[in-house]
Amino acid sequence: MSARSFPRSSTWARWSARLSSFSLSSYGFLSYLFLYLPILILVVFSFNDSRSVTQWAGFSTRWYGEMLADDQVILALWNSLFVAGVSTLISTVLGTLAAVAMERYRFAGRLAVDALLYLPIIIPDIAMAIMLLIFFNQSGLGFEPWRLELFGLRLAVPYSVIIGHVAFNISFVAVVVRARLAQMDPTLEEAASDLYANSWQTFWRVTLPLMMPGIVGGALLAFTLSLDDFVITFFTSGAGFNTLPVRVFGMIKKGVTPKINAVSTLMLAFSLLLVFVSLFARRGEKNPAGELGV
Amino acid sequence: MHIAKTLRRYPALSAWLLLLPAVGWLLLFFIAPLFIVLAFSFMQGATYGGVKAVFTLSNYARVIDPLYLSTFLRSLYIAILTTAICLLLGFPLAYFIATRPQRLRYALLLALMVPFWTNFLIRTYAWLTILRTNTGLINGTLLALGVIQQPLPLFGNDFAIVLGLVYGWLPDMVLPIYAALERLDRSLLEAASDLYAPRSRVFLRVIWPLSLPGVVAGAMLVFIPSLGAFVIPAILGGGKSLMIGNVISNQFLTARDWPFGSALSILMMAVMLAATLIYFRSATHSQARTARSEVDL
Amino acid sequence: MYAVELKEVSKHFGSVTAVNRLSLRIADGEFFSLLGPSGCGKTTTLRLIAGFEMPSAGEIFIGGNEQGYLPANRRPVNTVFQHYALFPHMSVAQNVAFGLEMSGVPRREIQRRVGEALEMVHLSGLGNRKPGQLSGGQQQRVALARALVNRPKVLLLDEPLGALDLKLRKAMQVELKALQHQVGITFIYVTHDQEEALTMSDRIGVMHKGSLLQVGSPQEVYEAPQTRFVSDFIGDTNHLDGLVTGLANGEAAVQIRGAQQPVRALTVNGVRLGQQVTVAFRPEKVLLDRQAQPDGNTLAGRVVDVVYTGSSTTYLVRLQDGQQVMARQQNAAVSPQMRFQSGDLVTLSWPVHACKAFAE
Repeated sequence: MSARSFPRSSTWARWSARLSSFSLSSYGFLSYLFLYLPILILVVFSFNDSRSVTQWAGFSTRWYGEMLADDQVILALWNSLFVAGVSTLISTVLGTLAAVAMERYRFAGRLAVDALLYLPIIIPDIAMAIMLLIFFNQSGLGFEPWRLELFGLRLAVPYSVIIGHVAFNISFVAVVVRARLAQMDPTLEEAASDLYANSWQTFWRVTLPLMMPGIVGGALLAFTLSLDDFVITFFTSGAGFNTLPVRVFGMIKKGVTPKINAVSTLMLAFSLLLVFVSLFARRGEKNPAGELGV
Repeated sequence: MHIAKTLRRYPALSAWLLLLPAVGWLLLFFIAPLFIVLAFSFMQGATYGGVKAVFTLSNYARVIDPLYLSTFLRSLYIAILTTAICLLLGFPLAYFIATRPQRLRYALLLALMVPFWTNFLIRTYAWLTILRTNTGLINGTLLALGVIQQPLPLFGNDFAIVLGLVYGWLPDMVLPIYAALERLDRSLLEAASDLYAPRSRVFLRVIWPLSLPGVVAGAMLVFIPSLGAFVIPAILGGGKSLMIGNVISNQFLTARDWPFGSALSILMMAVMLAATLIYFRSATHSQARTARSEVDL
Repeated sequence: MYAVELKEVSKHFGSVTAVNRLSLRIADGEFFSLLGPSGCGKTTTLRLIAGFEMPSAGEIFIGGNEQGYLPANRRPVNTVFQHYALFPHMSVAQNVAFGLEMSGVPRREIQRRVGEALEMVHLSGLGNRKPGQLSGGQQQRVALARALVNRPKVLLLDEPLGALDLKLRKAMQVELKALQHQVGITFIYVTHDQEEALTMSDRIGVMHKGSLLQVGSPQEVYEAPQTRFVSDFIGDTNHLDGLVTGLANGEAAVQIRGAQQPVRALTVNGVRLGQQVTVAFRPEKVLLDRQAQPDGNTLAGRVVDVVYTGSSTTYLVRLQDGQQVMARQQNAAVSPQMRFQSGDLVTLSWPVHACKAFAE
């Protein structure tokens, strides 16, 4: 150790190093407290046996009972899952195809497509929401869900919402899948064709299996984003069509009750479940947390 | 057979076939709406929404109206303030994570990401229950204990909005800085202190410049959504403190002045586009610098 | 008929010419190495034969058949890739079986041949492992087995030993050569390591800037390089600059500045009288002594550095005009009075037939 880096006595230097390491650790602890405390408070008061969301009056699950008895909330939950499911399916297929084109080919206009794919990620949701609002209004497509009967099941397909969700999800899927493709060794595909596989066989036997973690990751991200979206859904849904976030926003506007805490806790639990599913899908990878947030 | 041969001869054709669905979707449902908004911003409004196809610049002129200009500037101020606070809080946090042992590091990263994956609306609502004027957790408790007689101004103001934004976007600042710090070769720090740099100088001369790309990326990721915030001011602003995102939505939901709302959106996007371009220029600049230093080695 | 024949093959990437009008014939069962520095076009040549790249001009024949625009999967060659390119999601056995499966070999035969191939590379029993669980040397063997199991007409190897450490590389060199004898398949081997090429090959093609400079046996390219680049690239070489003062019987007399008598050297490709040339000769051909030898070339100089390398000692000698010459002597063969130190005045001598003059 150089004498010049610690001009004072070595005891002093050791204490100073210990102190700064201690303050860094406490800072880290406080940061995580800041991130988790509000969520924790939210969950705790969902079990409060009173109308208050801040004064504790004993443990109760009655707000969960009220939540389950609320047809509007249950319907909104199903709507959320339906919109997220359909838009994830479409955007995963479209986004994956685009990712393959962008990572495996060189062609004129690639840069322009690159920009086009990034725009929906950069543009804030409020701008995208009003763009879609005007578009559906002016094109005459409207917002009224398309009602149909399938196997005796009456479905309301909110195509305007789904179209909007796909429009932003394509980009996120493409980013995740492209990251995976970029990591993949392109000589693996050459090796397959060297071993007599035609391009179809190469795709099914080598490219697709290796891409799969990226596709699953992209799909889970799309599903989460779609479930969480409030702004675009709010502006593109027809009258009376609610997803869970839109319903929750409406409830918040009317007033704070522990029932909202209960719905929130349910949504939190669902998000956590998705995180664990995606971690499971990526098990064995070097840095499972790395791409999670994109 | 014939098709396969043609595709082999012209690989660009395969690429465009693969891109067709995604690009088609985005052209129809993203680019076309964007151009409609652009066109609307130059037209006259009709009563009860809708437009008259008459060219005018009056929508943009109205932005200079002190009422709207002040909101616009305040949104800009809030977004910049949020970015600065996120940087101040986020850099030490990223440094903290990056200097932990590997297993703990991954756990901490994951813990950082989990709130990020939970619903934005819910996280904002959580703060609503904490900050509300009379019945919020803080004011309610302090009032009940008699510590204060008047509720603290925690809600319905810029403080609440900035707090909500910082809470929402802090992970966006931390992740890119963490990525930059993690790539940093530890032996560089050792080399610096070997060359007689005290710890403050090691930070200023080595750590900070090398983490700058991460800082810039993080700042972009916080600034852009903060400027366009809609949900947080709507809930934590208490209907009084508004940002540009709320003014825009009002033009469509209540005021029914679509051309003016369009003009405001176009201006907001222009500011963001400018920020993004600056970001990309500085990113390619620093990339070129890294590449050059690698060649020099 | 040749195993592989290239006729005037060129490959351009945009404005860059990677391979320039290259013609080459490789015989059946030959171990042929393409040798050159990185960026010389050797890997591109290999990829053209494999079918990963299509030539911009020229024709490629494999087993007498023109390949045209045939894609890689329809060519009777297999490749061992530089970083092996083993499929990480398949087991070792599945990797080896892949090519047989794709060409529709019956399941039972696949099983038998995969077993044989793994045995051949001493990996029996590891068939169920994933490539990620193997060492570098083992992965290398899997890559070999995966290619050879298809019994290709030609095996293409792209710097296959480049990622291994020195000791393992030496062992694999011997093993690869033995394996080639055993299977009798034509090997085309790309490397930038001249020692590797000299050790293993029947013939070597030296490439530089997309062109094939010289093709010949290891001995030919080492002993009789046709260009300055080849003489420089393969092995250690002394280069002395001088002026041609006489030409006779395929020999040139080259005057080195400050030397008492001209150096005699064999001429290659059109050396003219009065021309500035480079004289090249190997360090191990140079004899160091305290007095001049009766015949051959002789120059006087002073020892400036002595490098002991175990089996031999290399002396660096400075001539009168400042040019330097390396001389390598086997340690076992020399008597104590033939050892020199820095500052000693010595004479250098070497035979005329081991000395070449190249025009600049």
